[in-house]
Amino acid sequence: MTIQFIAIGTSLGGLEALEVLLAGLPKNFPVPVAIVQHRHKSSDDKLRVALQEYSALVVTEPQDKEEIVPGYIYLAPADYHLMIEVTSDAVREPSFSLCVDAAVTYARPSIDVLFETAADTYAERLIAVLLTGANHDGMQGMRKIKARGGKTVVQEPSTAACPIMPEAAIAAGVADKVLPLADIAPYLVKMCNF
Amino acid sequence: MLREQLEDIEIQLLLEGIHRYYGFDFRNYALASLKRRIWKIIRAESLTSISGLQEKVLHDPECMERFLCSLSVNVTTMFRDPNFFLMFRKKVVPILRTYPFIRVWHAGCSSGEEVYSLAILLQEEGLYHRCRLYATDINEMVLKKAKAGIYPLDAMQYYTQNYLQAGGKKAFSEYYTSAYEHAIFSSYLKENIIFSQHNLVIDNSFNEFNIILCRNVLIYFNRFLQQRVFNLFHESLVQFGILGLGRQETMKFTPHEQDYEQLEGGEKFYRRIR
Ligand SMILES: C[S@@+](CC[C@H](N)C(=O)[O-])C[C@H]1O[C@@H](n2cnc3c(N)ncnc32)[C@H](O)[C@@H]1O
Repeated sequence: MTIQFIAIGTSLGGLEALEVLLAGLPKNFPVPVAIVQHRHKSSDDKLRVALQEYSALVVTEPQDKEEIVPGYIYLAPADYHLMIEVTSDAVREPSFSLCVDAAVTYARPSIDVLFETAADTYAERLIAVLLTGANHDGMQGMRKIKARGGKTVVQEPSTAACPIMPEAAIAAGVADKVLPLADIAPYLVKMCNF
Repeated sequence: MLREQLEDIEIQLLLEGIHRYYGFDFRNYALASLKRRIWKIIRAESLTSISGLQEKVLHDPECMERFLCSLSVNVTTMFRDPNFFLMFRKKVVPILRTYPFIRVWHAGCSSGEEVYSLAILLQEEGLYHRCRLYATDINEMVLKKAKAGIYPLDAMQYYTQNYLQAGGKKAFSEYYTSAYEHAIFSSYLKENIIFSQHNLVIDNSFNEFNIILCRNVLIYFNRFLQQRVFNLFHESLVQFGILGLGRQETMKFTPHEQDYEQLEGGEKFYRRIR
């Protein structure tokens, strides 16, 4: 089954981890990537600009109902949940959708929300990656991804700035693969038939 | 058939039933967030499936009440995205100054925090006495709060920060008096505001406006419904009138894209040019 979407979640220590991961994805990486990084609700463009430094792909904060296309790294905007949905029954093209619903596991954007809606849309054509962090966000989302046949990758806790989030996912038994940070990008490149 | 497709069918049946029986129309709300909220309600009602919720909602009007409550998202803030209000001062106010009388429609105003923010701003720019603000929402309950203009005092610290970043000119505390852990906004701010119920899904235009603000409401609608609302706003805006949207909302890719130009400054202000 070809992979059509990659969803990445991270919290405390995420910027450094994303630097390594994004630097490992080549310019012609064929699958769209979305990232939820927990951050303060009044954050501005700085995170996007910082991530762009490390990536050969275009890093952008999606607008509501924006169509999802390869060649882009989509970053969840501050203070909005980032979700995936299909436009309608007639047009089953996935697009982004945003909302300001209550925080989930104290976070907006929440990793669970991205993961769960991506699972609904992409089922087994999805890979989710959970990186460093100090809470349990992402664990429920990974459970649903597994149930729908998608793949889940968790950062080896010993290589994480904060191991709590990866450890929570591993303990919950929702990790298909546990990889050191440096091996995650190469794994994604391989999985996307690249 | 895939499980997620079955889920979508169940949701359609639920929404269709609610529409036919109670008249509330959620059929064209954006699916992903709607689905999450529906599952939240299912858990709160100790049920296990969407069909189970359908049965309960249709036979138990009290459950329907709770359903309506949990389905509506009324999250709002004073001077949310301060830069939006700063740009309002810099780019929109000069345009408004050219009008002898200014009609503003604030659609989906929720509990009113944004409307009072705007009233304060217009007051400081010396325009408020020339303005009439129509603040509407589908939800009667939040409109009541909006009319009262009383908000928890502990939010004021954050709102003050926003106010200052938005170019506020005074001490924010001048606009309210505090009592019993609440901030009561001055009644002169309400003088030119008319609060009323309006449903963007079914109701029509009710006036012609120089400016329409509708932030973080369209994200809850699917493309079809967004289109309806953009048409409604188009009909309701004067030539060269201004439409202000939320930070992640856009007129790009809509059939009205060519009818508007975005004001400079990066915020979502669109000026109707034809
Ligand atoms: C997230 S709040 C946005 C409040 C405010 N504009 C802001 O950005 O802070 C969304 C509001 O849209 C209202 N709403 C939802 N559906 C609506 C409809 N069909 N017609 C009018 N208002 C609606 C809700 O009741 C809610 O108050």
